[in-house]
Amino acid sequence: MLEIFNLHASVDGKAVLHGVDLVINEGEIHALMGPNGSGKSTLSNVIMGHPKYTVTKGDILFNGNSILNLKPDMRALLGIFLAFQYPKEISGVTLEEFLLSAYKAHQKHLHPDKPPVLVFRFKKMLSDIMKEFNMDEKLATRYLNHGFSGGEKKKSEILQMAVLKPKIAIMDETDSGLDVDALKNVCDGIIKLHKESHGNMSAIIVTHYHTILKYIEPTHVHVLKNGRIIKSGGKEFARKLCDTGYQNI
Amino acid sequence: MSPSEVRFINIMKTSMHKSRVACKPNKPIFSGLSRDVFDHKNKSDYIKKFRKGLNRELVEYISKDKNEPDWMLALRLRSFDYFNTLPLPEFGPELYSLKFDEICFFAKAADKKGGFKTWEDVPKEIKYTFERLGIPEAERKVLAGVGAQYESEAIYHSIEKELSDKGVIFTDLDIALHKYAELVKKYFMKCVPPNDHKFAALHGAVWSGGTFLYIPKGVKVEKPLQSYFRMNAMNMGQFEHTLIIIEDGAEGHYIEGCSAPKYGSHALHAGCVEIFVGKNAKFRYSSVENWSRDTYNLNTKRAIIEENSVIEWVGGNMGSGVMMLYPCSILKGDGSKADHLGIAFANEGQIQHTGAKVFHIGKNTSSHVVMKSISKGGGISVYRGLLHVAKTAENAIAQVECDALILDHISASDTIPDIKVDNETATVNHEARVGRLNEEDIFYLTSRGIPEDQAEAMIVNGFINPVVRELPLEYAVEMNRLIEMEMENSVG
Repeated sequence: MLEIFNLHASVDGKAVLHGVDLVINEGEIHALMGPNGSGKSTLSNVIMGHPKYTVTKGDILFNGNSILNLKPDMRALLGIFLAFQYPKEISGVTLEEFLLSAYKAHQKHLHPDKPPVLVFRFKKMLSDIMKEFNMDEKLATRYLNHGFSGGEKKKSEILQMAVLKPKIAIMDETDSGLDVDALKNVCDGIIKLHKESHGNMSAIIVTHYHTILKYIEPTHVHVLKNGRIIKSGGKEFARKLCDTGYQNI
Repeated sequence: MSPSEVRFINIMKTSMHKSRVACKPNKPIFSGLSRDVFDHKNKSDYIKKFRKGLNRELVEYISKDKNEPDWMLALRLRSFDYFNTLPLPEFGPELYSLKFDEICFFAKAADKKGGFKTWEDVPKEIKYTFERLGIPEAERKVLAGVGAQYESEAIYHSIEKELSDKGVIFTDLDIALHKYAELVKKYFMKCVPPNDHKFAALHGAVWSGGTFLYIPKGVKVEKPLQSYFRMNAMNMGQFEHTLIIIEDGAEGHYIEGCSAPKYGSHALHAGCVEIFVGKNAKFRYSSVENWSRDTYNLNTKRAIIEENSVIEWVGGNMGSGVMMLYPCSILKGDGSKADHLGIAFANEGQIQHTGAKVFHIGKNTSSHVVMKSISKGGGISVYRGLLHVAKTAENAIAQVECDALILDHISASDTIPDIKVDNETATVNHEARVGRLNEEDIFYLTSRGIPEDQAEAMIVNGFINPVVRELPLEYAVEMNRLIEMEMENSVG
């Protein structure tokens, strides 16, 4: 589904990725670990198409086609989702208004001939999803992430994912700043979405700590250091990492 | 109070509010507005009958054409003398490029004294213009009455019978001058005297058309009333006068809209709005100004507020090439209160000088100004505010908040507050904040599949939301649509 070849990328003229190779197939959950400054967040942002980052070499294919020339909104419409480490606060725009626009854009892309969803239908759908994920429905009418607690912001990201139903979700340090309960809650959400996709959704769990791997069992684990993947493994490797940490690798 | 006691705080206060989802199952009235609607030019052969430029004969001709009483002719001529002697404003944008000789100060497109009784009677082309602007539809669905002006004369005014039975008057000011002569004479240009400044003088000399609204004692008008002012011909000048009298204990909401097509040649709008709010009354004046970028919009709006009354100004200033507009509240009565909410959008080639003037005179008066400006494509947006707390104004409270959003690196914004406090018991607070459109915010929105231009429009709409949500739903839709149009073909 997602194939990354010899990816080199820089930000503000400084090279950060020095040849990343990564192949993710349908339904696989990859954990991407590594110390601060190893390039984890850069890789996440480069896959999503952040304009600040420049790809200097290599390629990213999605279902066989290069996405390097696509803007972030087009990548999103193909089914790529980035759950932000620090979701932005947008004043004056409610979460539901924002999600309605995003949902409409997706529907238009998938079914160009169909009329846009009716607002009350969308609201019903949103309310159902929020109930399912034990979310306070009042969040929907609040300004997007504005004044949300750390936990609410991450929940808002999971909600957005649940509405947009991506093919691949990149969770960029979703665990940072969350206490154990909030982390478990968010992980349950991810697992639920994975199940609802009949195991077809792929995910990249980007993390600094291995705690999150106690709640989500990855199919693959990679350790990123100095802009390169230095070691990869399967479930066993993940368990080993849980016990000993990745610092010794 | 010394300037140091005036606090400058660089924090924008935002609060949670119910917000509306932009789309409704039924198509909202103004949602179909497009650049084409505003830029559509009707034929203007009638303009050949009228000359350009301004002189004493024209002033006399206008008065004679309207069969005005002597006092009005005298006021016009006095104003004309002031116009000739007063200098151009010494502050604000450069106005020397405005050539008075090239402006047509008076033109009638449909020569019908007193306007038409129904939309059916309005000449087809003019009717079509207002239909495309959504005015008759708004009249049917949301308004208590509507007025429409085309070039120099009002062509249509209506008011619900129930309201006119209660004594509410909503009509063309030219008609009111004859029909309600004493009322008009008592109030006309008493709030904005002709010698106030050069453009007030010009207005006094050549004013034509406009609206007269009178709400008698204790009558509360719940639905808004609206007037729409349309210029059509090239080099037109429009000088409508809006005279509003709100008696003690009365309440009302009046909305003004305006637009003109673009010719690439100067047009001038120097309207005047005078509002007299009696005791224990409440009045809201909203306006959406969308003149073409040919237009010099040099408008004067002022209200005098008596005891325990409230004036609310809600303004959206989108169009015009050069704009100077500073709605003014004179808080004369004890316990009176003014709220000014405004948005200014300065796009390519536009200079928007907007702001607010508040005079605290009575005891325990309060005022709150919230002004939001957006600059894009090289546009310049300037907040100019005057706040004066007089000696008599015990315990006055005044707060000013200016927020500027700059969308690119070629646009600019400035804040020029002028604060004068002559009473030590006053609490005065001025906050200013300037922000730029943030790449990270745009990335966040686009990463969900929202196209970049829509994401920018979303952030801009969010920025002005605190003002827009004060408008009735239909007009909030109109305002958002106008913003969307400004955001299209984004150069930022």
